[in-house]
Amino acid sequence: MSEIQNLRDLPATHLLGTGTPMCAGCGGLAALHEVYDILGTRTVFVNAAGCMTLLAVYPFTPFRGSWLYTAMAAAPAGAQGVRDALDILRAQGKIATDEDLQVVVLTGDGSAYGMGLNATSGAMDRDLDFIYLCYDNEGYGNTGQQYSSATPHGARTATSQGTRGYPGFKKDLFAIWAAHRPPYLATVISSEPLDLARKIEWAKDIRGPRLIIAMAPCPTGWEFDPAETVAIGKLAVETGIWPLKEYRDGKVVHTKIVRQRLPVEEYLRRQGRFAHLFHPHRQEDLLAEMQQRVDRYWRQVEEAE
Amino acid sequence: MTRTLLTGNGAAAWGARLAKIDYVPAFPITPQTEIIETIAGWIENREFKSRLVTLDSEHSMVTAAGAAASTGVRVFFATSSQGLLYGMEMLYTIAGWRAPLVMVNVSRGLSAPITLEPDHNDVLAARDCGFLQIHCSTCQEVLDSVLIAYRLAEDARVRLPVLVNLDGFYLSFTREPVTIPDQVLVDRFLPPYDPENIAFRAHAPMSQGTAVLGGSAYSYFRYQMHLAANKALTVYDEVAHDFAAIFGRCHEAVECYRCDDADYLFVMMDSFATKAREAVDQLRENGLAIGLLRPRLLRPFPSDHLREALAGKRAVAVIDQNLSIGHGGILYMELAAALAGGRRREMPLLVSFVGGLGGREISSEEFFEMAEVLQQAVRDGHPPEPRLLFTEAELREVRKQQDVARAHRQQQGGEG
Repeated sequence: MSEIQNLRDLPATHLLGTGTPMCAGCGGLAALHEVYDILGTRTVFVNAAGCMTLLAVYPFTPFRGSWLYTAMAAAPAGAQGVRDALDILRAQGKIATDEDLQVVVLTGDGSAYGMGLNATSGAMDRDLDFIYLCYDNEGYGNTGQQYSSATPHGARTATSQGTRGYPGFKKDLFAIWAAHRPPYLATVISSEPLDLARKIEWAKDIRGPRLIIAMAPCPTGWEFDPAETVAIGKLAVETGIWPLKEYRDGKVVHTKIVRQRLPVEEYLRRQGRFAHLFHPHRQEDLLAEMQQRVDRYWRQVEEAE
Repeated sequence: MTRTLLTGNGAAAWGARLAKIDYVPAFPITPQTEIIETIAGWIENREFKSRLVTLDSEHSMVTAAGAAASTGVRVFFATSSQGLLYGMEMLYTIAGWRAPLVMVNVSRGLSAPITLEPDHNDVLAARDCGFLQIHCSTCQEVLDSVLIAYRLAEDARVRLPVLVNLDGFYLSFTREPVTIPDQVLVDRFLPPYDPENIAFRAHAPMSQGTAVLGGSAYSYFRYQMHLAANKALTVYDEVAHDFAAIFGRCHEAVECYRCDDADYLFVMMDSFATKAREAVDQLRENGLAIGLLRPRLLRPFPSDHLREALAGKRAVAVIDQNLSIGHGGILYMELAAALAGGRRREMPLLVSFVGGLGGREISSEEFFEMAEVLQQAVRDGHPPEPRLLFTEAELREVRKQQDVARAHRQQQGGEG
């Protein structure tokens, strides 16, 4: 049972420094803040190319712990090298236990869902003892929100400007990761800090690959006012678009089941990237298709319960 | 001290073992694989304590190698050809981290067409990445160079990764007598890795590989690498001197064979230079004053050593086992730049030859012919156009293959 029962149990001290160059209202940064407060500073964040690469720009860093920028495809491999070296040094008695670090990979969806997937798969094959935090803003955000394989069907991006948006479907990374049977997987979102904190608290003390996807509402890429980040995040959960779940002991468990889901429209209509679904005229077929996909998902969840 | 028969790959593995490497990220590729198999075997049999981890690609392997070295352990890895290129992004990256590790590249021609035997386009593609490069012509040299490479990489004045190159097949799978030095002597030559300030520790947080904005900071850090690489010239001479004092084998930055009284020189790298060496002996018997100049160190480029060795010679054949498509031999260009950059003493005519691509043989007759071309260049007072070595017989052989391919296609009903 987690020690975190309610919001009062969340850490009162915030560890990540302010004044980073992330956009106002960045849902990814909010998630990182919450995660860092739980993991603490005895960590080394191993980063792949993405928005958050700009967190540490010489000579500044918002991290009180360590940081290693690698490249877009290679962050889990960087984590492997650091973890292995720390293990070797500990076995040789060259460093004390309290000098050891939690190794945390930090990447966006562009790396996690695409270019870095091979390295992530390999890290899971090797049972690497690490945490992977993916901030998923559903596109190549740092380069101006081109579609990635995390982009949802129908979303307008810089490379899917047509009236029907992105023709592909968001890849089910959670299922791909789960197929590797790691000890722990979870989805989180910063607008549900209690759920997030409990999951990170749990993941923190397990050995092996522990992977977290944080949906990251993105004001610049999704086109909404930065003040709306929390509201959009809550809607993502309440409409059932972003299921909060865990994979533990070979089973998927949903940590929040909304019995009275809001229509997906409530979520879609507040974001510029879906404006073409409503203007100049409603694209009923696309809207219905999106609703059906969410309903089908949750029907399967309820049947499985 | 043990004298035994070892392949070049075996010698590379022995070098790593004697250097007491802590960590080997690995990925198989021909003709390098025997190196990691050998080390893996020793670890499994508990003959040698280290940690070998097979990564999912060379890109990941190089990343893990750099990350581990940056955390403070001694790292070794090996690759070849396509693998080197697949990891190329990370070669630049970890050199920028100043990760002082050693890699072995077993040279193999690059695709396309895909092939197995050696030339140096693979290793020369890594020329500008910040790895120092040592090129070997014998199996003994491979073992010794791995030890030298660690001293060079870890020297506080250098702190750059080092690549040791050996040719696929010609060295990798060729057994030669190799002296395996005693561990006690190796320990005297190569003390344990002291990472100093290069480490990730809970009580000493560090940011590594951080972004910079703007050209000034970027230039500063890139210049630092360049200046450190240049210092490695002096450091190399010191290390080679120490090595000779302890082990009695001399591995200079540039090997000069029968150069002192020579009018003409062949300039070659790696194992095919042994063919040139043989040709030099034969040509000398016929009265031609010719020698062989073999740069072992390619990065940093030993321009001063080379200028000194070339001064007063009449003509020099630079035989490149590589081809910069659209320009020519890479060593030729580098040597020409080194000569142009020096004081104008009496410098020889440079004649460019390209040969040995994809392991193509360079015969004694071709060396004799190149020596003829050098003498003719002196008579003409200017060098001829660069030459691509290829014989009539080879052309006939390739034409035959083309005929077979064409006939087959016609049988299939395609165009002739």
